[in-house]
Amino acid sequence: MLTLACKTWAHPVPAGLKLSALCAVTMLLFVLTSPFALSIAGLFVVGLLLSCGMDFTRQSLLGLRPLWPFVLIVAVWHDPNWQSIILRMICAVALANFVTMTTRLSDMITTFETLARPLSRILPPQRLALAIALMIRFIPVLLHHADQINAAWRARSPRRPRWRILVPLALAALDDSDRVAEAIRARGGIH
Amino acid sequence: MEKSIAQIALFAALIAVLGLIPKIDLLAGVPITAQSLGVMLCGTVLGARKGALAVLLFLALTALGLPLLSGGRGGLGVFASPSVGYLIGFPIAAFVAGLTVERLSNLAIVPAALIGAVLGGIIALHICGIFGMSAMLGKTLPEAALLDLPFLPGDLIKAILAALVTQSIAKMRPNALLSRA
Repeated sequence: MLTLACKTWAHPVPAGLKLSALCAVTMLLFVLTSPFALSIAGLFVVGLLLSCGMDFTRQSLLGLRPLWPFVLIVAVWHDPNWQSIILRMICAVALANFVTMTTRLSDMITTFETLARPLSRILPPQRLALAIALMIRFIPVLLHHADQINAAWRARSPRRPRWRILVPLALAALDDSDRVAEAIRARGGIH
Repeated sequence: MEKSIAQIALFAALIAVLGLIPKIDLLAGVPITAQSLGVMLCGTVLGARKGALAVLLFLALTALGLPLLSGGRGGLGVFASPSVGYLIGFPIAAFVAGLTVERLSNLAIVPAALIGAVLGGIIALHICGIFGMSAMLGKTLPEAALLDLPFLPGDLIKAILAALVTQSIAKMRPNALLSRA
């Protein structure tokens, strides 16, 4: 779970409000081009993180690590406005991570289902909710399958299974989906 | 209907689990993740429509805050990073792979799945990724293509693996291969 357990002032803010603010600010970031304006945006982002405490700020910075290769590429590759590109990228990712870190998964799912309501004709909410629940439930189940396949392989061979785990794992997913479908139908199915 | 939803949800979970298998475990000495292999399999096994829906479900849960992308990444931040093109390309890749296997129904399963995995999981996916990096990093398309190049060999290996896995599934569960139903 990427949401931080520690409470900040941003946790109780409604998810819909945070998401619309994120949309607006991200669009603004892509309109801004001068390094000066983007530096001010950067200071604003740093202030936002610090307002949630040092621990929160450290976690946020850890979350930006995957951007290092891109920062390096843009900085080394001479580009007339490399400062703007790097600042914009870091601000946009940091803000998006901020919303994720301060919003519980259940609130996010509720907001997502509200946003999907206009699509209810082609995407009925009950089916969407069932698919989300099934997927979350079956990640640990499939991981457990993978462990069992690994253990069974190691009992027979000194080597590791590597790619050979793929076929039994995919078959496990297919077979489980059959059983889950039967179980749902036995309980009255979905409408 | 129950069956379609279960298959979509379980294959979305499969993509997530394949991203959690440590990089080095797939092939000795080759640091590639199995996540995009999962995307290819969604297409070649479930077919175009269900495969793309499974990938969309996986992406939705990632965006909502589950750390399901390889390396434990997730949340809204990954959709603001330069690699966003690849994420947008994931469902397109599964759709193209599935459509190819469906259309090439008179071809044997291995070549059909291999062509599907290459067209979807490599060509369509990398084109989306290149456009994404070009837009986010302010590079021209050829420059972005240069940045994308190091990932091609690993993805070619994954396409071959996806074709072989699809063939095994076709042998062991002939009825389950929906792209050929």
